[in-house]
Order: sequence, then C-alpha cells, then structure tokens
Amino acid sequence: MNANALPRLAAVLGIAVFAILPTAGVPAFYESFFYIVFFWVSLSTSWALLSGFAGYFSLGHAAFFGVGMYTTATLTTQFQVPFLATVPAAAAIAALLGIGIGAVVFRLKRLRGELFALLTLAVTFVIATIILNTPIDGGAGVFMSAVPMPDIMPTQTGTIYVLGFAMCVLTLAIAWKVAHSRLGMGLYAIHDDEDVAEAKGVPTFRYKMAAFALSAGIAGAVGGIHAMYVGFLTVGGTFELTVPLYVVLMSVLGGSRHWLGPMIGATVITTLLYAFISGGEAMIGRAIVGLILIVAILWLPDGVVPAVQQWLRRRKAAEVEPVAVVVPVVPAAARPVGDRNILEVRSVTKRFGGLQALDGVDLDVREGEILGLVGPNGSGKTTLINVISGHFPLTGGTIAVDGVEIGRLPAHEVAGRGVARTYQIPRPFVNMTVLDNVALAATFGGPTRPAAEIRDEALHWIAFTGLAGKEDSLPAELNLHERKFLELARALAARPKLLLLDEVLSGLNPAEVDNAIRLVRAIRAQGATIVFVEHLMRAVVELSDRIAVLNEGKLFALGAPREVMRDPRVISIYLGKAYAA
Amino acid sequence: MPSATLLGQALISGVLAGGMYGLLALGLSLSWGLLRLVNLSHFALAFLAAYLTYELGTTYHVEPWWSAMLIVPAMFAIGVAQHWLFDKFKVNELASLLITFSFAVVLEVAIQLYWTADYRRFETHYSTLSIKAGPFYIPVLELVLCLVAGVLAWGTWLWLRRTYVGKALRASAEDADIAAAYGIDHKKLAYLLSGIGAGYAGVAGTFIALIATLAPAQIWAWLGVVFAVVIIGRLGNPLGALFAGMLIGASESLAMAVLSPAWAPVVSFSVLIAILLWDPDWL
Repeated sequence: MNANALPRLAAVLGIAVFAILPTAGVPAFYESFFYIVFFWVSLSTSWALLSGFAGYFSLGHAAFFGVGMYTTATLTTQFQVPFLATVPAAAAIAALLGIGIGAVVFRLKRLRGELFALLTLAVTFVIATIILNTPIDGGAGVFMSAVPMPDIMPTQTGTIYVLGFAMCVLTLAIAWKVAHSRLGMGLYAIHDDEDVAEAKGVPTFRYKMAAFALSAGIAGAVGGIHAMYVGFLTVGGTFELTVPLYVVLMSVLGGSRHWLGPMIGATVITTLLYAFISGGEAMIGRAIVGLILIVAILWLPDGVVPAVQQWLRRRKAAEVEPVAVVVPVVPAAARPVGDRNILEVRSVTKRFGGLQALDGVDLDVREGEILGLVGPNGSGKTTLINVISGHFPLTGGTIAVDGVEIGRLPAHEVAGRGVARTYQIPRPFVNMTVLDNVALAATFGGPTRPAAEIRDEALHWIAFTGLAGKEDSLPAELNLHERKFLELARALAARPKLLLLDEVLSGLNPAEVDNAIRLVRAIRAQGATIVFVEHLMRAVVELSDRIAVLNEGKLFALGAPREVMRDPRVISIYLGKAYAA
Repeated sequence: MPSATLLGQALISGVLAGGMYGLLALGLSLSWGLLRLVNLSHFALAFLAAYLTYELGTTYHVEPWWSAMLIVPAMFAIGVAQHWLFDKFKVNELASLLITFSFAVVLEVAIQLYWTADYRRFETHYSTLSIKAGPFYIPVLELVLCLVAGVLAWGTWLWLRRTYVGKALRASAEDADIAAAYGIDHKKLAYLLSGIGAGYAGVAGTFIALIATLAPAQIWAWLGVVFAVVIIGRLGNPLGALFAGMLIGASESLAMAVLSPAWAPVVSFSVLIAILLWDPDWL
C-alpha cells in the first residue's frame, strides 16, 4: 500500500458514512449540527480560494453568500422555480457579481491589502441596502416555508443535511484541485509578490478573476442552500458582519494558504460554539472562542495546518545531511554571436510625471550576445529593463523581441515570448521552497510540460546555479549570495531567449563574483542572449561582447568594452571632467 | 422634494451627527495610519467607556464630565496594554485586525454579562437642550461633541505637524528602521500613540452615553461607516477624519431627507467606493 492510499481510503469511507447518515435514523439535532459544520467549512474554504491562496483579503464574503440566498429566495417564492434549480443560479449570479467587482478593482494596483478588504466590506453594505429597499426583500423579510423541499432523504432536515454535505465535498474537491493546479501555483505566487509573478509569466489578472469567480460562486451556492435551512430571510440577518469575520477567523486559524486549513478551523470553531450554545452558555462561548483566537493568532500566525507542516519539515530536514554548495564547472565554449537581432529597441521613451527616465533610446542586441548596460545612477538602466520586461508601460517607441512587437504587451505575455529577468534586490516568493520558486518559473515561462518534467528541469537549474541540497529550503533560509543565484535559477528555468540581469553581482564578495561570472558564461554557452546591468567594471569588461552606456535616459556610447571604457566622454560622465585637462 | 428648511435642518443635524463619526474615526485613523495596526476593538472600548459613564451617572450620580476624567486615562492605559501585546508578538496589520476583533467580541460579552442585552438610556437634563437659530434647531450636546472633536482633531494635527514628537511619529510610520537609525525611539512613541487613540475612544464613549441608546450589539453598528470615514479622510490625518465624518454625516442625512432613511447606508459606502476607484493623489 503506498503512502497516498490510506488518506484516500479514509476520505472515501468518510464520505460514504456521512452521506448515508440521514437514513440511519440519527436524531435531527445531529443532522442540523453537522449541516452547520458543512456550511462553515464550505464558506470558509471558498473564502480561502481568493483570500488565502492569492492573498486578496476580503471582508465581503457575506455579499456573495447573501446574493445567493436572495437569488434562491426570489426565484422560489416569486417565480416558482424548483428549489434545486435555483442553487446553480445562485452560484452563477454570485460569481457574476464577483467578476464584476474584480473587473474594476483588480485593475487598480493600489487596491491590495486592507483597502481591498474594506472595499469588499463596503460593497456588502451597498448590496444589503439595495436588497432591503427593493421588492427583493422590501424590508419585511422573505418566508421560504411554502417552497417545496425535494425528497432526497426521508426527512426535511435529512435533505438539507445531504445538500450541505454534497456542497462541502464539492468545495473541498475544488479547493484541492485548485491547490494542485497551475492556477493554484499562480495564485500562491500572486500572494507572495504579484509583480514578480506577472514577470514570471503568470497571467495575474485572469487568475485573480478566476479565483474571485470561484470563491463567490461557491459562496452563492452555499447561500442558496442555506436559504432553505433558515426558512426566513432578513437583510439584517443575512448580511451581518459575523459572516465575513467568522469565515476569516476559521480560515486563518486553520491556515488559509492550505486547502485543508479552513476545514479544520471551521470544524473546531463551529464545534466549540455549538458545545457552548447547547450548554446554554452561548455568550460565554463567544468570549471563549474570541480568547482562543487571540491566543491562536499570536502563537500560530500562519494557522494550524502550516504549523504542523513546518514541524514535519523540520523533522525531515534534521535527517538529511547538508550538501556543500559547489558551482559546477561548465565549459564556457563561447558560441558565435549571430547576425540576427533578438532585441530591437526603437526610440523608446518613458516618463514618470515630469521625470524623463528614458529619452529616445535605440538599441539592438544580437542573438547569442552578452551586452553590458552601464551608466551612472539614475541614467535609466533599470527603467530600460523594466520597460523591456513589460513591468512599466512605454510612453513612446517600440520594442521587438525576435521580430515581434512586445512594447504594449502585459508583462506575463512578454515573459511568454521568452524574456526573463532578475531583480537587483532578490525578490523570491517567500512562502515557496527553492524548488517551487524555480518550478513556477519553469511552469509559466517555458513550454507546457508534464509536472515531472518541470520538476526535473527545476532541479537541473538548481544544481546548475549551485543550490543543490537547498531545494526544500525557504528563501529566508538562504544568504544573499544564494538568493541572487535563486534569481538566476528562476530566470533560467523559463528557458529564455533573452535574459535581463539587473546587478546580479552587487553585494557579492570577490570569490562569489568569480562564481557568478563563470555562471553567466555558462548561461550564454547554453544559447541565451544576455543584457546585464552592472556597476562592477571588472565583470563588465570581462563578460561583455559590447557595452552600451546610458546617460540621462539617452544612449551615450556603444561598442567594444575596452574602447568604450577608454572613451574620454564616458569617463567624464562617470568621474566628471578632469580639471584643466 | 422636501422644503428648504427641512433640507437645511437635515444638513445641520447631518454635520453634527458626522462629528461622532469623526471623533470615532480619529483614534482609528491614528493607529492605522501611523502604527499600521487596524484596531477593531476601538468601538468596543468606546462602548465600554459609554457604559461606565452611564453606570457612574445613574448609580452614583456622577456628572459625565467628571467620569470622563477617570475613564479617559483608564482607556489610555488599556491602549498601552494592547500595544504591549502587539509589540511583543510583532503583530502585522491583518493579524491586528483579527486580534482586535476577538478582543471586541470578548468585551461585548463582558458588557452584556454585566449590563445585559437590554437597551439603556442615560437621561440627563441637557440631552434635550437646543439652540434655535432662525428656522433651525441645533442640539447643544451634538454641538459640544463637534467642538470637542474639532479641538482634538486640530490639536492632534498640530501635534503631528509642529512638534518633534509628532514629526518623529510620522517619520517612523514611513520607515521605522530608517527613523530608528536617526535616533527615534519608535517603540516608546507607539505606546504613546496607542494610548492616545484609546483615550479618544474614551472621549467618544462619554458622548455616546449622552447621545445614543446603549446596547452591546450597537458596538458593531458604526463599524462600516467609520471605516469609510477613516479611508476617505486619509489614514493618519486627524483633520481629514473629522471632515470626512462630517461629509458622510451630512450626505447620509440629506439622503434620508430626500429619499428614505433606509437608503442612508448606501451614501457613505458609495462615496467610499467612488473615492477608492477614483484613486486621487491625496488618498
């Protein structure tokens, strides 16, 4: 029996037992208790799809849940639609609402973090007021008692129970699927650093929309079923603040970045609350849950599941022998520089408000070439990298890679056309292991391949950059030197045609610089074209086929390294003009 | 369309009611903007202060102004204690939101256990006083509230702009590490600011006791509106919080007069959503 068989068997057995429970003559009390557990599990898991995975913390989950409830209520009572048919409708309308909000909000980069949370909260209040003041509710509430319940199970509570359970299983299955898919990988990357995710080829806007639609849609369906359970809807009861807050607390307690986390948090909190309510101590129960949460968040800020995982990882890590870091000696057989231009930059300008960062830059880079990009601070080197990689939109001009215009494309499409970059200050995805960091770049940057191949490719580049043995480390456990090399491994895993290196050598000691230079040569030997920004002249002269000098946003000089660096004009912009020369 | 007098009266009561939003937003805006901590328990502290004012007033016949002398320093102490917890565990923005929510729930339960869930009203002889100005009535208590809120907001603004302590606080909010490198003791200042924020909750509580009807669940009633006010007024800007409060109060009150009272919540949140989407430079 392999390692996966046991949990799988347990899951199947569990599902079977829970599914036939209503036919076993269990008292209605238990059915309704379990229903409430399923309800919170589904709701908090659906919240985690957007807010936990992608880190877009929403306080507006009640809006989607409530819209689902009122969709079912309206369709069943005013249009006599059978109850079961209204549940998909509830999901669809809630998902549409999510897409509508996302289409506006996700275009604004500032609306991350708490502002997104409060915006979603505000949307909830607006929707609640609209429903209250229109015939959907009309302020009187909606009675569902006349709506016929389908006869899935012998009793009414049994039917509700089974629907809640089915929803719960479906939600968990979706969460599992997402967590183990390309979408989930992209969402985790968005959580850690959205700009880098985009630069590595993750279609961030589309992924966020997908996550929002899924999250809202599930909440809507859960609401549709819940409308039947409560039987009487009021705006005050539906859109109350406890829904989003409980959902958040449950997910965070269990661990909102793990697909199983919200389930654990929801089960624990619901059981605790129920235990106190049935004991007649509802108020005290709320207070105790509050206290437990304070303690849990202080000591387990990432939630229960990640804490357990980390503990397991540490135990495993203790058994593994540390492997010494050795940079492999790769033959630096220089390939001939081609005649074809891989990158064509034509009169590119970039303005930030009144600041002209790039002022009509023309630059061609030939296939297989290493081009050193130098210039004094503020001359526009990093800005040029940022516009080529699509991070900043162009103000004017054109950029073509391999003959295809990319100047107006979003960053992830630029990445998809074979442009990879590194960051001057390493920006790894902090919650992903070294292996996952590199695998993400391979997944979204390179061609579509099966997971095993991507893993092999990632391992290859990790070894290539001398990070073997650190695959399961988190970026925080690496030193600066290793993090710079992780940047390189990520860039390489995308199999770029054009590699943009932004000051990979800064902050390294002389021995590490030698390593890095050898590595850059080895990269070129593999067929990539490299543009690198660097201040360290020794490395620039040693590595570059040609050097481009930028000054005040303009191309100042271009040519063979030694000639350019001897040019008195170039020396003067670095050191100033010699006195009485 | 209602008459001009009615609209004028709505505008006056709206601005005055907005003073309460502003006063509640003041403390929240300070801790959020300058300490990067979102304190949901601010409302619970304000209500605790209100209940204490009520208790002292009805049982021991202490004038609210005197009880405030006692309650505000007590709230200051609670604020400092809360910050000790945040500081010790290096709590970030989101965790602060969750922890203070839990703390607010605990306080709500405590209030309900002692004062029950019944509605309580602190009747004083000045609760009905009002000044007649032309065709308009101006309730005295709300006017005093606005004056107090104005003095506090303006004083805090001056303190942050003009004094070294205030400038140090703003510097720390921008970049705590760099500020520390210039010799700013961020931690000590953060305790002070946290205490002041909670103290403002105490001041707000005194007025809540005098103006509003008390019930434990009311703690959550203003949460949405006041957060909208905090954002519209710009985080960490005391005068902005007050003006935004009055703006929202006035627009709510006008919406109630022109449309119907039930539409009031849409106003503040529509203003908030519009401003967030408009994304102006001053936000």
